[in-house]
Amino acid sequence: MCQFENGAFQKKESSNFDFSISKFSNYQIFKLVTMNLKLKIWRQKGPKDNGKMVDYPISGISPDMSFLEMMDVLNDQLVEKGDLPVAFDHDCREGICGSCSMYINGEPHGPGRGITTCQLHMRSFTDGDTIHIEPWRAAAFPVIKDLVTDRSAFDRIIQAGGFISVNSGSPVDANAIPIDKHDSDRAFDAATCIGCGACVAACKNASAMLFTSAKVSHLSLLPQGQVEARDRVLAMINQMDEEGFGNCTNTGACEVECPKGISIENIARMNRQYLGAAISYSPPKATGGGD
Amino acid sequence: MAATGLFLCIFLLGHLAGNLQLFMTDEAGKLQFNEYAKFMTTFPAVKILSYLTYFSIVFHAIDGLLLTLKNRKARPVGYAYSRPDKNSSFPARNMAILGSLMLVFIVLHMSNFWVKMHWGELNVDIWLDANGNRDLHSVVMHSFKQLWYVIVYALCMVAIGFHLWHGFQSGFQSLGLNHPRYTPIVEKTGYAFAVIVPALFGIIPVYIYFFG
Ligand code: SF4
Ligand code: FES
Repeated sequence: MCQFENGAFQKKESSNFDFSISKFSNYQIFKLVTMNLKLKIWRQKGPKDNGKMVDYPISGISPDMSFLEMMDVLNDQLVEKGDLPVAFDHDCREGICGSCSMYINGEPHGPGRGITTCQLHMRSFTDGDTIHIEPWRAAAFPVIKDLVTDRSAFDRIIQAGGFISVNSGSPVDANAIPIDKHDSDRAFDAATCIGCGACVAACKNASAMLFTSAKVSHLSLLPQGQVEARDRVLAMINQMDEEGFGNCTNTGACEVECPKGISIENIARMNRQYLGAAISYSPPKATGGGD
Repeated sequence: MAATGLFLCIFLLGHLAGNLQLFMTDEAGKLQFNEYAKFMTTFPAVKILSYLTYFSIVFHAIDGLLLTLKNRKARPVGYAYSRPDKNSSFPARNMAILGSLMLVFIVLHMSNFWVKMHWGELNVDIWLDANGNRDLHSVVMHSFKQLWYVIVYALCMVAIGFHLWHGFQSGFQSLGLNHPRYTPIVEKTGYAFAVIVPALFGIIPVYIYFFG
């Protein structure tokens, strides 16, 4: 007899099948095993509700499901029972939109590195596990409902300076402005931030420094972004503080939990630029009409 | 935090250089140490540095307190289940507690040696040495013969070690001093600093307790 267990193909002693397991080793064969789990989920009816953790036992979960599919299964069951489904944000389900914010078993986006919740698979858990699921916690990310938080604070930080002002016209030739390859690589790395907020969720100070520094860096590393670099760093940090995010104490938790591997090097760069701008520069007051 | 913290690291080195003279527990060592202590409390340049140090400690403590309060406010509702150990180090998460411990220690430490050296009665029989200098050396020897004080001192050095483990490189990061080539060196230096400096500070009372 053969059986599939925890994703591995195992041959029993009594087997009279005689084929080598190595033939199959490159294939992820389907799994017959399903899991029973104990979910503990934050339920909160609305922004003003106090909310509480609620237990939901769930069974028949395939290890190949994504975490969000597991949530879908749960919600189907809740709807069938006439309960309200658990509200959670999701959109792309492929790790690029940054909506799927869930604090799973004590970490943003759960166990595993470099992934969002939609990229987390149930095979990261074992049968019988208890899974705690909570929303991002930060004063600047108030809970709207269940696991859904209002992350518009991030939008306002970007609006404060995360752009370059150029007159649109005919497209500029691709190589008209020479850019150091290393700089363009680092700018691109910073630009991969998807604004998910895991950095804030992970940080013990609920600081948004990793996000803000990624946005500051990906522009200021490029020549086009340097024109407004000083205004940008002052305005974005100012907005970040106004939103009520905490201060960075360099614990490095953000970098570990960031699904896009944004480095805290960006935070140092932003600190450098901020110190420079704060010491040497006072933003000119607009006096109107081409002054 | 960063600037004052890094300045205090330099101060620790200076302080340590002075303390290492305490390994000389004999009469000649005593005279030399008391001479040094007198120099440190009277020489004008040292005075300026010491005021800078007091300022740094007070600023670092108050700024740290305000920062901690502000950061607490940034997360009014905490997580029901959280595993910060998965993504950050113990010292990094406990700088405020470690810092508070150090503040308690500094108060104790100052009231023991510093107040006595500056104004107080030296609480031992002879309080001027053969050269007519205040006999801080004997006060130190006397203090470090008390087991509880040696233990408190050693434990506080452990707290300082943890605080420095995170604080040293964190100071550089906050000032924006991050560079692919130098940051690893800064980190390693910080770890070495965090182990060696408190260890040397801590060994002195133990040495005096057993051999002084
Ligand atoms: S820096 Fe990383 S964790 Fe923070 S918002 Fe961007 S992608 Fe998410
Ligand atoms: S749903 Fe888009 S990143 Fe997860």
